[in-house]
Amino acid sequence: MLDIRSLNVSYNGKDILHDVSLHVAAGEILAVIGPNGAGKTTLIRAISGVLPPRSGQIWVDGIDLAGLSAIQRARYLAVVPQARQLPAAFTVYQSVLLGRTPYLGWLGRAGKTDHSIVERSLAQTHLTGLAERRVGELSGGEQQRILLARALAQGTPILLLDEPTTHLDMEHQSSFLNLVHSLASQKKLAVLLVLHDLNLAGLYADQVALLVDGRNHSIGAPADVLTAKNLSAVYHVPVNVVPHPDYGTPLVLPDGRINTVETQAPKKIA
Amino acid sequence: MGGTGSLPACLYPPDIKMVKSARPYIYLLLMLALALLLSVAVGAVFIPPGVVARMLTSLLSGANLPADLPQSYSAIVYQIRLPHTALIALAGAALAGSGAVYQGVFRNPLADPYLIGVASGAGLGAVIGLALRAPAEWGGLFTVPIAAFIGALLTISIVYNLARVGRSVPTTTLILAGVAVSAFATSLSSFLMLRSNEELRRAFSWQLGGAIMGGWTPVWAMLPYIAVGLILIVLSGHTLNVMQFGEEQAQQLGLPVERAKLALILAASLTTAAAVAFAGIIGFIGLIVPHLVRFTWGPDYRHLVPLSIIGGSIALLLADILARVVLAPQTLPVGIVTALAGAPFFLWILRRAKDQAYF
Repeated sequence: MLDIRSLNVSYNGKDILHDVSLHVAAGEILAVIGPNGAGKTTLIRAISGVLPPRSGQIWVDGIDLAGLSAIQRARYLAVVPQARQLPAAFTVYQSVLLGRTPYLGWLGRAGKTDHSIVERSLAQTHLTGLAERRVGELSGGEQQRILLARALAQGTPILLLDEPTTHLDMEHQSSFLNLVHSLASQKKLAVLLVLHDLNLAGLYADQVALLVDGRNHSIGAPADVLTAKNLSAVYHVPVNVVPHPDYGTPLVLPDGRINTVETQAPKKIA
Repeated sequence: MGGTGSLPACLYPPDIKMVKSARPYIYLLLMLALALLLSVAVGAVFIPPGVVARMLTSLLSGANLPADLPQSYSAIVYQIRLPHTALIALAGAALAGSGAVYQGVFRNPLADPYLIGVASGAGLGAVIGLALRAPAEWGGLFTVPIAAFIGALLTISIVYNLARVGRSVPTTTLILAGVAVSAFATSLSSFLMLRSNEELRRAFSWQLGGAIMGGWTPVWAMLPYIAVGLILIVLSGHTLNVMQFGEEQAQQLGLPVERAKLALILAASLTTAAAVAFAGIIGFIGLIVPHLVRFTWGPDYRHLVPLSIIGGSIALLLADILARVVLAPQTLPVGIVTALAGAPFFLWILRRAKDQAYF
């Protein structure tokens, strides 16, 4: 579905991404992880066309995005940004309706189909009851769901999410990612999810890409990428990885507290 | 973090309704009709609004002046007050409409054609246009607005590039850059006016918002620019709505941001320049009116822009009536009245707009 081939991106004269290649299939979640400054957000900006790449290609379903205008591109991929810049005085409904922009034309005249798509997106994100409320009155978790609803209203086969859970508490983190997870498999969306939290990446992603200094470090199933060896090398801290007691997915534990490093032998995970 | 508080609290009362009917337009158009009648009625000779209404209907139906009225009324109403009223109404519409657009494009609550320096830049352009002194009156009528438009565009590009931080335009830097560039343009205008002849000295009173040319000529001369500009900005409400998410998200939603921004700034600056060229530098209308409309009817730019345009006409007409009445028979430049009302309002908005993300 989404095919990124040897992407090179510079910003302000600095090379941020080097030769990054990724593939996300329909119905699959790819989590992009990596230390601060690895280029995760730049990757989303490059794919969404805000920051044109220096070289490399982005293909969606056999179509090269490089030749597309903003409006055409917005029909293939929708972005869920970090919930920081929502016009507070807009209503929820109005904000989600603006997700239909790529289909509306200059005057923004929305038709029956647009409204029913918006209502469906609101229902899928459990926002129907809040539709007429103002964005600024709602909580961070609700605002993040508005952005997801807006992206769903865009009706694209691909979703790009930029650290959507960073400012949420544990309850809202897991409810938000459960929502993304079920939407990905129900609607066969290809989801590229930038995450800071390695455990959430391990729990929800079908594939994990570890980005370091703008380069692909490793990519594959969570258990293959989220290893103690990879992570302690990349994050420069000793970590311990154990299997999740319920799911068997990798669970990353901070390690290396002074005194314990020398006395305890590192454990192996199954 | 998380939970509430990631966005600043709403500036607006939570219960205000979105525009869903024609009612706000009807209210404002009624008020506009009243303001127009009052503006024609008030002056050295008071003509009762009822009489004005009769005269206007006979004018519109092409009939002669009603026979029972004094002949002098004809000259006063048709040749003096009506053109002046039309000029003021057009200028108010232009300033408030372009103010709403600047606020939307820069996502900055304090953007006003005067505060961000565009009006002074247009003023400098107009003064240079006057100084070039196209000999024939009609020649001047073309060079002055074009020169004002060029001045406005130069100013906005300078101010925008000085004020920009990355892809956003913070409230404070925009106003600081606007004030500095505006002061520069105003001084340059004053210098040009003082070193030159009588003709330009008249521009002094013009610069404070006193229309110097009487009669219908300036009205017809400014109308095409303002009409084109206002039609463009009325049609751009949806674009401005999308832009409220910020340039990056707007582009990801499919808006060609750079092109849209350029088109909107051109349209707003054309509108401002035409108003400044013929009505002078009038501040704060472009700030007050869009905010009052927002407070009352919400932030949807598809309605905010046209409602601000009508509201701008009303507000400037009322200010102009005050300017003619307060020291009668002397007439104050209307810019003084708008500044007296607008500056406190500006400070109030400044206090409340601690974060630009609030609308």
